[in-house]
Amino acid sequence: MEEVRLIEVKEEILADNNQVAAGVRDQLRNKKTLLVNLMSSPGSGKTSLILRTVEGLKQGLKIGVIEADIDSKVDAEKVAASGIPAIQLRTGGFCHLDATMVTQGIDALAENDLDLIIIENVGNLVCPAEFDTGAHKNVMILSVPEGDDKPLKYPLMFSICNVLLINKIDYLSLSDFDMAALRKRVLALNPGIKIIEVSCKTGAGIDNWIAWLGQEVESFRSGQ
Amino acid sequence: MHELPITESILNIVLKHAAKNNVRQVVAIHLRIGKLSDLEDEWIQHYFDYLSKGTMAQGAKLIIERTPIILQCNSCKNSYEADMATIGDAACPACGQTDSTLISGREYHIKDMEVQ
Repeated sequence: MEEVRLIEVKEEILADNNQVAAGVRDQLRNKKTLLVNLMSSPGSGKTSLILRTVEGLKQGLKIGVIEADIDSKVDAEKVAASGIPAIQLRTGGFCHLDATMVTQGIDALAENDLDLIIIENVGNLVCPAEFDTGAHKNVMILSVPEGDDKPLKYPLMFSICNVLLINKIDYLSLSDFDMAALRKRVLALNPGIKIIEVSCKTGAGIDNWIAWLGQEVESFRSGQ
Repeated sequence: MHELPITESILNIVLKHAAKNNVRQVVAIHLRIGKLSDLEDEWIQHYFDYLSKGTMAQGAKLIIERTPIILQCNSCKNSYEADMATIGDAACPACGQTDSTLISGREYHIKDMEVQ
């Protein structure tokens, strides 16, 4: 019988994606465009947050949006109606965006000379956490009705984000959501994360989010 | 859920090394994947069997070593293992602090492969 040999491979499985992602980050850094990757479960308020963000920042900044959806363009139409360029990527059944898909969106927005591009990733707390999109900042939303136990179920997502927005705080009085327990769980996974409580419906806390994002765009533009 | 693109990437890397090393048949592939990943071993093998049909890697067995989730305490620098279900509630067994840094558990690595 033919002898079995062992060949050393020693390669990272996601090396190709990570390389494309690093290229995206550098390219946009040179153009002084901040790329923010927004992730959450379906229905936690990504599109509503983007509309609030556009409303809060569009006077001073040029903003574009890359929308990912498995097979619809409802979100892109809503965002485009707010008067900013929005590109719809259909992921064709994929559960996340990868850096190559994001590149297509960025190319399609290229002529706009933007200060900020927001990616609305596919609604899912699992797969998008594994794939680097090339974003400079990762932001996630957890909405109050989803419960305070989500960091226990999806630790990777909470551990890779720079900001956690807790949305739908107008539901807090109707729910047994334990904000202190949530904060403790999230900070145990990711001590550096910034947690901001908001309600896209009432507008509560949105100014804190806008202030953080505006500051990030500003320091990016001034090359810090 | 994202097993398919991951598996595609494994197959591409394996076939690249097979071509360089004058391989007739890939028998087994040794992977090291962190416990924080939600990949299901069984599904990776299913997808691999499907994608590798007609290639040198057809029939290869994926042997997956799961690397533990290791946290390092930011206060006393003690390293300790956490499991997926309790990681958000994990406290340092030495000093009781919960402020920690993840040092292992996200690996996605192909170690080596057995070939003929």
